Amino acid sequence: MSDTSPAPRRFRSSGRYSALRLLREALTGHRGWTPAWRKAEPRKQYQVVIVGGGGHGLATAYYLANHFGITDVAVLEKGPIGLGNVGRNTTIIRSTYYTPENIRFYDFSLKLWEGLEKELNFNAMVSQRGVVYTYHTDGQRDVMTGRANDMRLAGADCIELDRAALKTLIPPISLDNHRFPIMGAFMQPRGGTVRHDAVAWGYARGASEAGVDIIEHCEVTGLRQAGGRVTGVETTRGFIGAGTVCLAVAGHSSHLAAMAGIRLPIESHALQAFVSESIKPFLDVVLMFGAGHFYISQSDKGGMVFGGSTDAHNTYAQRGTQWIAQEVASEGVALLPELANLRILRQWGGIMDMTMDGTPIIGRLPLDGLVMNGGWCYGGFKAIPAGGYTTAHLIARGESHPLTTHMDVDRFAEGRTFDEPGIGPFPWMH
Amino acid sequence: MLRIPCPHCGTRDEVEFRYKGEASVRRPAADAEVAQFAAYVYERSNPKGWHLEWWFHSAGCRQMLQLWRHTVSHEIHSVGTAQERPSAPISERSA
Repeated sequence: MSDTSPAPRRFRSSGRYSALRLLREALTGHRGWTPAWRKAEPRKQYQVVIVGGGGHGLATAYYLANHFGITDVAVLEKGPIGLGNVGRNTTIIRSTYYTPENIRFYDFSLKLWEGLEKELNFNAMVSQRGVVYTYHTDGQRDVMTGRANDMRLAGADCIELDRAALKTLIPPISLDNHRFPIMGAFMQPRGGTVRHDAVAWGYARGASEAGVDIIEHCEVTGLRQAGGRVTGVETTRGFIGAGTVCLAVAGHSSHLAAMAGIRLPIESHALQAFVSESIKPFLDVVLMFGAGHFYISQSDKGGMVFGGSTDAHNTYAQRGTQWIAQEVASEGVALLPELANLRILRQWGGIMDMTMDGTPIIGRLPLDGLVMNGGWCYGGFKAIPAGGYTTAHLIARGESHPLTTHMDVDRFAEGRTFDEPGIGPFPWMH
Repeated sequence: MLRIPCPHCGTRDEVEFRYKGEASVRRPAADAEVAQFAAYVYERSNPKGWHLEWWFHSAGCRQMLQLWRHTVSHEIHSVGTAQERPSAPISERSA
């Protein structure tokens, strides 16, 4: 730590949240609430600088400070925190993956989600309502059976539902649509949804209370290096020195890595999501359509939240193309015909960092002191707790967490790719 | 929705095309190092700005096309055939 750095400003903690506190504040005119986290000014030097104040960046800072004893940490965010992909997803959590390594990683994340609110003392509205995914052919059933067995072997949960059980669980489902009749489904009961904004705020609060500086409106414009080692970041608010720089910038991973002359096995693609007008309780699980690419749940406010495939060409524009919106809507109506009566209220796009094998990257980049957490493809939101924890492990211990040894960037050159979707190196097809 | 000016068919909607990735990567010579082949298969520039990319006119002339397209504004600067690289935007021209 630099001697010239001023001491961190005194900050009145927001205090623990509890039912008793709520009652006390209700009786005293709610005058005791304070901001949940401290807006910091940048210092000259930090042990660790995390670029990106989204879910993964804030979670990494939280676990570094609270579990790995490194509190000399800054999180730099070019806008306000939580407005990137952590606030631009369909809020689904699950560990229904294909490769055993990824199942174990995502199930670790699910376990952290299960204890998150107690850990953070923050209501993230984790709702384990169950994730159901349909199958439509014999071959699909066989593949999904294999995946369910892999999940159970890895300690995750997965059950099979026949058509009658599916109809009982989800009355509005169309089992006999003419094109893709549903043969059955699998379900992960522990899967569900989380309130995504609260994830960013909860981790920010926990990190800030442990001494992490969260610096908003501070865009990184360059990476400074000396002697083959990163020494800090150039920002719109001046140079900030760092022993370790961690990139947690999702769709902008290639953009930031290029500042160090590094080319990544990533393409950035837009993924759209949609919310309908609010309706009475209609769907109380997360439902995924096996004959296409469509996933839907109902928010606590009553809106139907759903999405589908990426726009399938490189883009950094946070909006979506119309033909994908039509495709998503048609798949939704095939699965739940009554959706045709609903109007779409909101639509948005997030920029996905699609890797060439569909598996994320948590590892060191070929410049000493530079690590990255990215390449999340579609799976970034559900991975936030595990991604943050394992990235903090990598930074603090200098080696990959056992659950992420397969996520290093060298796997591409060394022929150890994890072809999660099983389609080879075509990120726009995932 | 992109409107792509195909040099063979005229301007058509994006739905007639299939995206085929970055067009500036080049297959290395047969005796190149493994690392060069790995870079060719996996590494991409993925710029926030002008991008030279392949599009296949699958529902039209079924020819591969090369486009200079901006990845933020989605503006299409120029289109060329598979053999003929289109003229680059001024900012992408090397001296």
